[in-house]
Amino acid sequence: MDFLIMNDMGFPILSALIFLPLAGALILLCIPGDTAAKNWTMLVTVITALVSLPLYWNFDATTAKYQFGEHASWISALNINYTLGLDGISLLLVLMTTLIMPLCVLGSWRYIDKRVKEFMICLLLMETSMLGVFMALDFILFYLLWEAMLIPMYLLIAVWGGPRKVYASIKFFLYTLAGSVLLLVAIIGLYLDQGTFSIPALMGQDYSTTFQIVVFLAFFLAFAIKVPMFPFHTWLPAAHVEAPTAGSVLLASILLKMGTYGFLRFCLPITPEATLAFVPYILWLSVIGILYGGFTALAQQDMKKLIAYSSVGHMGFVTLGIFVLNQQGLEGALLQMINHGITTGALFFCVGMIYERTHSRELDSAAGLGRYMPVYVSFLAFFSLSSLAFPGTNSFVGEFMILVGGFTSNKVVAACAIPGAILAAAYMFRMLQRVVWGRPVNPDHSGISDLNIREMVTLAPLLFFVFWIGLSPEPFLKVMHVSVSHLIEQVGGVTGGEAVSIAKLMIP
Amino acid sequence: MKLMLFAPELVLLLGSLVLFLVSTGKVGGQKARAVTLSLALVNVLVCLVCLRQEGSLFFDAYRIDFFSQLIKLIISAGFAVVLLFSSELKGIDDEVRPEYYLFLTLSTLGLVMLVSSVELLTMFIALELSSYSLYLLVPMRDDRTGLRMQMESAIKYILFGVVATGVMLFGMSYLFGLTGTTYLVDLLPRLHQMMSSPAALIAIAMVLGGFFFKLAVFPFHSWVPDVYQGASNETTAFIASVPKVAAVAMLIRLTAMATPEGQAIVTLLIVLSVCSMFYGNLVALVQTDIKRMLGFSGIAHAGYVLLGLVTMQEVGYAASLYYIVGYLIMNLAGFLVICKVSEQGENLSVDDLTGLHARSPLLALTLAVSMFAMAGIPPFVGFMGKFMLLTGAYKAGHLPLVILAAINTAISIYYYLSVVRVTYSAGSEDRPAVVVGGVAKAVSVVLVLVIIAMGLLPDQLLQLATEAVRAVL
Repeated sequence: MDFLIMNDMGFPILSALIFLPLAGALILLCIPGDTAAKNWTMLVTVITALVSLPLYWNFDATTAKYQFGEHASWISALNINYTLGLDGISLLLVLMTTLIMPLCVLGSWRYIDKRVKEFMICLLLMETSMLGVFMALDFILFYLLWEAMLIPMYLLIAVWGGPRKVYASIKFFLYTLAGSVLLLVAIIGLYLDQGTFSIPALMGQDYSTTFQIVVFLAFFLAFAIKVPMFPFHTWLPAAHVEAPTAGSVLLASILLKMGTYGFLRFCLPITPEATLAFVPYILWLSVIGILYGGFTALAQQDMKKLIAYSSVGHMGFVTLGIFVLNQQGLEGALLQMINHGITTGALFFCVGMIYERTHSRELDSAAGLGRYMPVYVSFLAFFSLSSLAFPGTNSFVGEFMILVGGFTSNKVVAACAIPGAILAAAYMFRMLQRVVWGRPVNPDHSGISDLNIREMVTLAPLLFFVFWIGLSPEPFLKVMHVSVSHLIEQVGGVTGGEAVSIAKLMIP
Repeated sequence: MKLMLFAPELVLLLGSLVLFLVSTGKVGGQKARAVTLSLALVNVLVCLVCLRQEGSLFFDAYRIDFFSQLIKLIISAGFAVVLLFSSELKGIDDEVRPEYYLFLTLSTLGLVMLVSSVELLTMFIALELSSYSLYLLVPMRDDRTGLRMQMESAIKYILFGVVATGVMLFGMSYLFGLTGTTYLVDLLPRLHQMMSSPAALIAIAMVLGGFFFKLAVFPFHSWVPDVYQGASNETTAFIASVPKVAAVAMLIRLTAMATPEGQAIVTLLIVLSVCSMFYGNLVALVQTDIKRMLGFSGIAHAGYVLLGLVTMQEVGYAASLYYIVGYLIMNLAGFLVICKVSEQGENLSVDDLTGLHARSPLLALTLAVSMFAMAGIPPFVGFMGKFMLLTGAYKAGHLPLVILAAINTAISIYYYLSVVRVTYSAGSEDRPAVVVGGVAKAVSVVLVLVIIAMGLLPDQLLQLATEAVRAVL
């Protein structure tokens, strides 16, 4: 247990975060009435968010160990434990999850008008499993929550989704599940090798290269589908377009991060040799993803699809940052995960707000809204600028760090990723131009109302973070420094010169 | 205290006699049901009381150990649950209902006796007592469609069943011929000395065949889809769940015979397991009748269960036992919904479940939980059971089998999900709400809770299963 600093806050804060939404969901079962259900869910998510804040103040940024640890025996026959902990990699993801949840509830306030209670229960169950995934330090606990999350997410799309919800939800479920069945086999393989399911205990062990490569491939398939990396991305646009606003936001902001979190938490430290061997391929896949996502987004008429494809591009940047395997790249990737969560989440909220008013997500029918919704388009403009990594916004810092990392490690790959940033500007400005200044073609927008207070409250915190991270990223970066250096040690510490030179040979 | 050793069987036996008397008079189905239900509940209690009994009866042909008593408890509980939720017995004519309950009880009696049998002839008689009662239950369905589908199913069931029995008897005759005894206790050591001879292997394989038939393992599966479809919903609920527990229990007893030099048996089990999984899952993909679909899924699940048997180790056997108990519960939950949604006992197609969430939210939830559990999605028991099976098989060095089983999980999710999909999609609004009685509601809530509890907290039950398996080895 030398990797775990036990929690000394007087109460099990991580368990509280996991079980608060779950308890809230159970109590919600007995609460009648739609408005009461909304209020209750709001209350639960806000309390969860407030409970999570002390994590930041009490986090010790000088150690790479897992903090706020909790440990209890769960299934003794197989040495499975209930182990929770946070380090610099997961801390920000947990905070982002708890902070985005109340906004999701707010954003669904009017959008969801049938079966409100069930919707809210699904949201709360999602929160439990998402938080659990980021906190779990036991492989089975992780896998259980990772899979269990599919059920509420599937229902969110399949019940409250758009016209093609059946196709989209089944595709989402099948893709993600098919990816993770071999993950389970890999987990069992690791367990039989080491006799433990404890994730930190499995790191840095002396596995044979073949074993590492097999395990890495099983991991990679599961996480690459979740990210999603090109060519596993086809479920994403379908799911995003059909999901309700809150579903899209959860999907973009948090679920996609689980893929990259998986790379950071499992692939790199558990199978370092295999990681080094596969680096060139993954870097090129990332570049393809960046360019492909950008070009496809440029051609979209549906705003949600546009943002969905832009996610493919942005997540390509994240995987690029992760697999250049240096401090700037990894920290940039981690920060970019948060940025993407904030910005893309906000953009999905924005699209949802138009959809509530015009019942269309087509760029053409949204054209010219700027005349009637000045407040709305100001928000939209800032978030779009953030999405294309405009200096002064959060994504600029992240992408810049990733590119710096990229250029230090491999100039060709990094140079190939640059057009991605230009493409992002192109598709975002295309959307902005249409929505803000485009002439209204068919419907008459004159009766349309601007954002109300609730909607502004939904977007304002996200905008606040856009500028905070953009102008002063240090508070966010400082918590990850030590953990990221430790991670690099874990990957590099075991390497001979051999694997690196393979990587160099592969890419001129 | 010999009476206590035999108490569960005695309760069922006396109950059958009472039901026999009842069936000779002019008594309606409801009264017969009340008798049977109270009998079943008493039997569960008696099984609980007798859980820790140990001993042997009838010239050692009948052994009472923790293994047998635990399985008896599970079988009795399954029997009681089926009775609890099949309150209306929609598919059966009222005038044959007393007989229906009589044969259902006799079948349970046969299963309960089966798991204690440690002598070949006793085993055979117990198995046939249970099988023949089941054969009779199938044609009792009323002939509403005019197609006499239930007769066709019954004929198929009995023909396949008799062939499987024949195969098993043939195998038993080999065992007797090789060893000169029918007692497993004497038979085992003698058999171990001749494990290299093909005759011994063939004998064991043939005896296993009889139980493969019950469990619906490929290639003894062909009765499944037709019988599931032809029998009334309540009958199928019983056939699909309870006898399979006994079959797995007996398979554990018998495969334990093959160790330690049973490599050929292991290979056979692996092949059958892979065939069952792929055949069951692939064919289930295209089914429209939900009972047929569950039938094929049952074949696939039989394949998963064999994953535990191929390990030839205590862990594997315990995992198999755990999985089949979990399967019993998820299956009962699924059939509960089918029985309740079917208005007059007719068969349901998957599309008939459209919009179920609006007609009965509780049933929709139960069905969804049951389907997700069978697909092996956490936090339900299907996942935990499958995880243990995979771990056990991987540990025993059957990595390719583990990978194939994992791939099968991915295949199977499609058809389970399509049931959930229609359940939660908007249906036609004109359909009336499903009437669910208080008891059935309570049963479905309990089943859902057990499915979740077994998925999240398997420790206790796994220890029980391990302890039980240890009693056999």
